[in-house]
Amino acid sequence: MAAGHAHPLYRAGDSVVHRLPAHVKIVVAFLFVLAVVATPREAFAVFGLQFLLLVGVWIAARIPPGWLATRALIEAPFVVLAVLLPFFADGPRVEWWGMSLAVDGLLAGWNILVKGTLGVLVSVTLAATTPLRDLVSGLSRLRVPSMVCVIATLMLRYLEVIVAEARRMRLARISRGHDPRFAWQLGATVRSVGALFLRSYERGERVHLAMLSRGYTGTMPAFTTAPASAATWSVALVPAIAAALLALSGYWVA
Amino acid sequence: MEPHTGLVAMHMSDGIVDAPTSVIFGFVAVLGLAVCVARARRDLDDRTAPMAGLVAAFVFAVQMLNFPILPGVSGHLLGGALCAILVGPYVGAICVSIVLLLQALLFADGGLSALGTNITNMALLGTFVGYGVAVAMRRIATRSRGGLVLTAFVAAWVNTVVASLGFVLEYAIGGEGLALGTVIGLMAGFHALIGIGEGIITALTVGAVASVRPDLVYLTRSAAPSLTIKGVSA
Repeated sequence: MAAGHAHPLYRAGDSVVHRLPAHVKIVVAFLFVLAVVATPREAFAVFGLQFLLLVGVWIAARIPPGWLATRALIEAPFVVLAVLLPFFADGPRVEWWGMSLAVDGLLAGWNILVKGTLGVLVSVTLAATTPLRDLVSGLSRLRVPSMVCVIATLMLRYLEVIVAEARRMRLARISRGHDPRFAWQLGATVRSVGALFLRSYERGERVHLAMLSRGYTGTMPAFTTAPASAATWSVALVPAIAAALLALSGYWVA
Repeated sequence: MEPHTGLVAMHMSDGIVDAPTSVIFGFVAVLGLAVCVARARRDLDDRTAPMAGLVAAFVFAVQMLNFPILPGVSGHLLGGALCAILVGPYVGAICVSIVLLLQALLFADGGLSALGTNITNMALLGTFVGYGVAVAMRRIATRSRGGLVLTAFVAAWVNTVVASLGFVLEYAIGGEGLALGTVIGLMAGFHALIGIGEGIITALTVGAVASVRPDLVYLTRSAAPSLTIKGVSA
């Protein structure tokens, strides 16, 4: 996964959304998610309208819904928490199919489920329309310290190498009959983690020497991306502002 | 990329805590990271970027590794204490934060609004408390390999439980639905179990590294006598 290449959630395209500068998209995504999280949980219709805003973005970005749905499944573990809430919460309870469910817990579970789902959909949309290299230069445009950006770039450059190394070690273990089921069978896994750390660290040392021998003095050349124009911002911010206004209207309704 | 299976226990999603709490912990995370960046420069100087980049890639790879807790239930490593012991708390916290940031932006793993709380729990609280425990036990750790392994186990276990208590704190401030006692019981109970897995992997990994390259273990590095020139005859 060298920088600039595709990452698992990236969907190459040339739409309005793809062409937006990355730092604009990052800001809009954060604002949108904050607006969703700030919406009162009883304002059921507002979440539907916020979802429709996202649908609008997907149409503009030409992302098919099926593609999105499969990638949003990462959220599944949190659905478990949301389902558990009605059983464990205190307060008044309702009977439903012979089960005693707490009203407050139902609302809290709904709250996590709907906000978590919209949040994941926003993240997937951002990832689907933004290549790696743009993401990091977008972060640096947003005044993230250059050291963090450099570390992130190097990490992304070497991630595939190290993950592939870990995968090969795992394959080697499995092909020798390794099938851990209990905590006391961790020995072989753990020795590979140790070996993986040594290989990563020693690779880091070699990379450092290679950088030094090519004139590295401790600072990286600055990432430069053009600032976005006021027109770009005003178009890109439309979904975020609309989501925020919807959140406000939720308080008015509720 | 293998998908995470089983528990993705502490990557909080959006909507678990309310918006003001998310923003407050966003600021906490930014401030904490600013301190870490300043201090990490001192630890590694011009080697910071390449070393931390590779360590972050290592954390990412290790987080993909699921380990069994009970039959059918598995967890994955957080790596905070592991990083703190191997590369120091400042570089360690930065590496874990970058992993969390990129997981949220590229893999939709952990909500964007929950990024502040996730970084506060796993990268700041977990790493620094884990490292604090390791420093408190340094005399045991420097005595023998067994002592170092024990220290790593305890540090990783405490790291996991403290990170989950960070979640409880945030939930107490800005969550809704459950009584606090229930949350503490669920989270602490789960993570006391996950912490054992984390502890075993951390302990044995540190042990494996210490046996091959003891100079790479940050915690005990200062214990090794540095070379000095003696007896230069005049």
